[in-house]
Amino acid sequence: MENLIGLLVASPLLGAGILLTGGKRLDRVGHWLGTLLALVSFALGVALFANMLGKDADDRGLHSHLFTWVPVGGFRADVGFQLDQLSMTFVLLITGVGTLIHIYSIGYMEHDERRRRFFGYLNLFLAAMLLLVLADNYFLLYAGWEGVGLASYLLIGFWQHKPSAATAAKKAFLVNRVGDIGLSVGIMLMFTTFGSFAFADILPKAQEASTTQHATVTGIGFMLLLAACGKSAQVPLQSWLGDAMEGPTPVSALIHAATMVTAGVYLITRSGAIFNAAPDAQTAVVTVGAVTLLFGAIVGCAKDDIKKALAGSTMSQIGYMIMAAGLGPIGYVFAIMHLVTHGFFKAGLFLGAGSVMHGMNDEVDMRRYGGLRKYMPVTFVTFGLGYLAIIGFPGLSGFFSKDKIIEAAFAKGGTEGWILGCCALLGAAITAFYMTRVMIMTFFGEKRWVPDADGHEPHPHESPSSMTIPMIILAFGSVLAGGLFSINSSFVKWLEPVTGHSEGDSPVSAGTVTAGTMVALVIGVGIAWAMYARRSVPAVAPRGSLLTRAARRDLLQDDFNHVVLVRGGEHLTRSLVYLDHSLVDGVVNGTAASVGGLSGRLRKLQNGYVRSYAVSMLGGSAVLVAATLLMRAV
Amino acid sequence: MNPANYLYLSALLFTIGAAGVLIRRNAIVVFMCVELMLNACNLAFVTFSRLHGNLDGQVIAFFTMVVAAAEVVVGLAIIVSIFRSRHSASVDDANLMKL
Amino acid sequence: MQLAAAATQTSTGEAVQFWILGTVAVLGALGTVLMKKSVHSALSLAGTMIVLAIFYLAQGAYFLGIVQIVVYTGAIMMLFLFVVMLVGITAADSLKETLKGQRWLAAACGLGFGILLIAGIGNASLDTFAGTGQANSAGNVPGLARLIFTKYVWSFEITGALLITAAIGAMVLTHRERTERRSTQRELSEARVREGVHVAPLPAPGTYARHNAVDVPALLPDGSIAEKSVFGTLRGRGQIRDVSADALERLAALEQRSEEWLERDPDRVEPVRLAQGPGGDRAGREERTERESGREHESERAEEGAK
Repeated sequence: MENLIGLLVASPLLGAGILLTGGKRLDRVGHWLGTLLALVSFALGVALFANMLGKDADDRGLHSHLFTWVPVGGFRADVGFQLDQLSMTFVLLITGVGTLIHIYSIGYMEHDERRRRFFGYLNLFLAAMLLLVLADNYFLLYAGWEGVGLASYLLIGFWQHKPSAATAAKKAFLVNRVGDIGLSVGIMLMFTTFGSFAFADILPKAQEASTTQHATVTGIGFMLLLAACGKSAQVPLQSWLGDAMEGPTPVSALIHAATMVTAGVYLITRSGAIFNAAPDAQTAVVTVGAVTLLFGAIVGCAKDDIKKALAGSTMSQIGYMIMAAGLGPIGYVFAIMHLVTHGFFKAGLFLGAGSVMHGMNDEVDMRRYGGLRKYMPVTFVTFGLGYLAIIGFPGLSGFFSKDKIIEAAFAKGGTEGWILGCCALLGAAITAFYMTRVMIMTFFGEKRWVPDADGHEPHPHESPSSMTIPMIILAFGSVLAGGLFSINSSFVKWLEPVTGHSEGDSPVSAGTVTAGTMVALVIGVGIAWAMYARRSVPAVAPRGSLLTRAARRDLLQDDFNHVVLVRGGEHLTRSLVYLDHSLVDGVVNGTAASVGGLSGRLRKLQNGYVRSYAVSMLGGSAVLVAATLLMRAV
Repeated sequence: MNPANYLYLSALLFTIGAAGVLIRRNAIVVFMCVELMLNACNLAFVTFSRLHGNLDGQVIAFFTMVVAAAEVVVGLAIIVSIFRSRHSASVDDANLMKL
Repeated sequence: MQLAAAATQTSTGEAVQFWILGTVAVLGALGTVLMKKSVHSALSLAGTMIVLAIFYLAQGAYFLGIVQIVVYTGAIMMLFLFVVMLVGITAADSLKETLKGQRWLAAACGLGFGILLIAGIGNASLDTFAGTGQANSAGNVPGLARLIFTKYVWSFEITGALLITAAIGAMVLTHRERTERRSTQRELSEARVREGVHVAPLPAPGTYARHNAVDVPALLPDGSIAEKSVFGTLRGRGQIRDVSADALERLAALEQRSEEWLERDPDRVEPVRLAQGPGGDRAGREERTERESGREHESERAEEGAK
């Protein structure tokens, strides 16, 4: 079975290689080939999963060492795969959702002449993501990490003829790079501390190392958190996610909902042992998660662009996961569980949004939608199920996973637990509000359609079956996954051997938390209902309050970055340039000038006249004689 | 009289010769001044020979003369060839080596 | 000369000789440096060298004294004079200094160096001297020879190599490679005829016996100088000595004397048309004013003479 792990990665990688180098003759079959290879990968994943289920809970890890990649003295980096329950969960999510999105893209990208290339990039993305979650050491993980960054750059900027898309791709790449620096520094610290890259060498020793090298382990934790912030769009590296919606909608669904942004959660969960050994880093993680979940939720409330509203939602939900992962053993399992359920319903929501856009001449402004439920029934139903799942409607996926995270936050204990729990509850209320808003503005109310730039009236219609089928499958996932996972705590038992689990002691009972969540849900939905269903939605956005305006501008994240980083950087470079010119160049040029001036004067001695040279000779002889006499006298 | 007076004379002649080298521009005269300096040295050597009571100083003076002869031959040949090409015997005209 | 093994004083005779000849030597050295013409410098230097030769002899260095006279004053100084002649004795050296500050620097350095040397000698304890009597007991030349061929034989051999090298070097330096074939006399004369400028040989310089040096041009029948009779280089340097005025004056005086003696009428016969030489000689002009009356007659004849 071990050999299949390599094939799991190799399959989409092969697809990417063929599709990107195959040339035009593959244009007609490229999308089928890409989808087939993604499906092969998924099938392999399922086979491995079945194999894994047949084993004992403690004996389920598979390890496959392929070759030694970089053997340089004491430095040794291997290419090896490790498939345990955590990786397995991700493999199934990535290949499953990935395959569905491949299928969806066949219909969505039908009219794009560069469809073959698009599928190549998608396959490359899958391969990189699988490499990331299957690697058995941080060095290989880093390779997958960078591959994901590259693929996301290519996919976000896929419509590179649009300057906004090209800029968004660059922005995503640059912001990710900041996180990547964190990861690389963290890996270097790990190597110097533990002398290895392998999870098996590092993680078991983390607790022991923290007693002797506490600061280093905490530093590693912070560096990994920085990496996770970059990849998972957490505050303060969140700014790229909203702009990344410039990419095709399947990309948004695949990368920015189900897979890429979850890499940070995976990293923190995988490195759980390090965070357990570094409580300060853990505190930072929960803080980042809590801040981001509110940040993303507030941004999501103010956006009129359906994809950007969903992007804010994604940020917020990832915030939940990061917060849960930061809670330690009480939260890891629920972070991953929410990640999986979120993968279903958020992918479904994005695909639904793509379907709406597909029918509305690529219009993204929700103020120009309205009353679409009659025209796109399948989209409406699947989107609606995703909506119910994300707001935590009882019985659907989101209810189980989110509720558990809120419980875990309270279970953290102390003031910290109360603050986190209240944040999570508030986030749940806001989530209910903005998702209801999206739902009402899109599918209910009167038609507010306007012709597009070319004057075409929108004729909303249901999308082709290649698009609706994935949406239906994802809707099933959104509805059932949470319940399945929670029956008999099966998901907790599944992951416990890898991540560990503890219940914690919550100051509030599970029933109270559930009741609180329900209250938050009702309040959020009620406010949205009052604001958007009872009144007609204005076609032009009202000016709104200060907070609304700030939220429309992503809570001034770009302004902050511009003022602090860009301007600050400019000032720094300018002062450095000034310093360089005045001080460094001054010293260098001054030395050169003084040498030049001195030699200009000394040069006059070299006038070419023999007699002048003779004078120097005689003068020198006189000095020598004087010195000799002086020495004799002394 | 003490034979050291010969040494004073030698020093005087040497200095006069050196000053001549510095002052005169005619290469031939400069050369003569160099010869004067060599001769002053020879006088010193001969005087030293007398002071020490052996002939080594005289032998050195003899060698000086031979070397001076060789030097004169080559030096005058140089002067002649410079004069041929530049029509001047002034040392100041041979200043192409300056920066 | 001195037989004393260690003495503090030389003989009075030597002292007298030293002070007299020493003065001469210093004067000669100063002359070498200060004389304007290089010939004079060379002669002054020769004088100094002879004085030095005498000093060598006086100090028991007989061989060196003779060699000094023969080699230095005889050979080397002649070589100097020869080169001076070759380069041009009249190229008088201007003593005006052209390098800024050179004279002051030279004076300062020279004075400083001299004072230091003399101070150094004064400091040395030279109260006694051995004298060369002992060393010269077997004769100065055999003594030197013994040293040269035993102790200094290696230096001697090297000196030989040096001399040979110097001789070859001098030959190489002064040798001029002929790059084209030398024209034969026949080709030269043919070329001359073809040009037609000067088919006949150029006039020889110094027509008159008193001035037959190369820098004196020949005079033409009308008393003016023949430029071509002087060597081109001298002409280029402007070193022609125009003696026509002097000659004409003497000639006119002779003429007048003979006429007086023959009691001829000076107006009737005009032996020579006085030329307007470059010198613008006074005698000629006076003569002309004297013979103002017969002017037309003269000019006719002068034209004939010129032709």
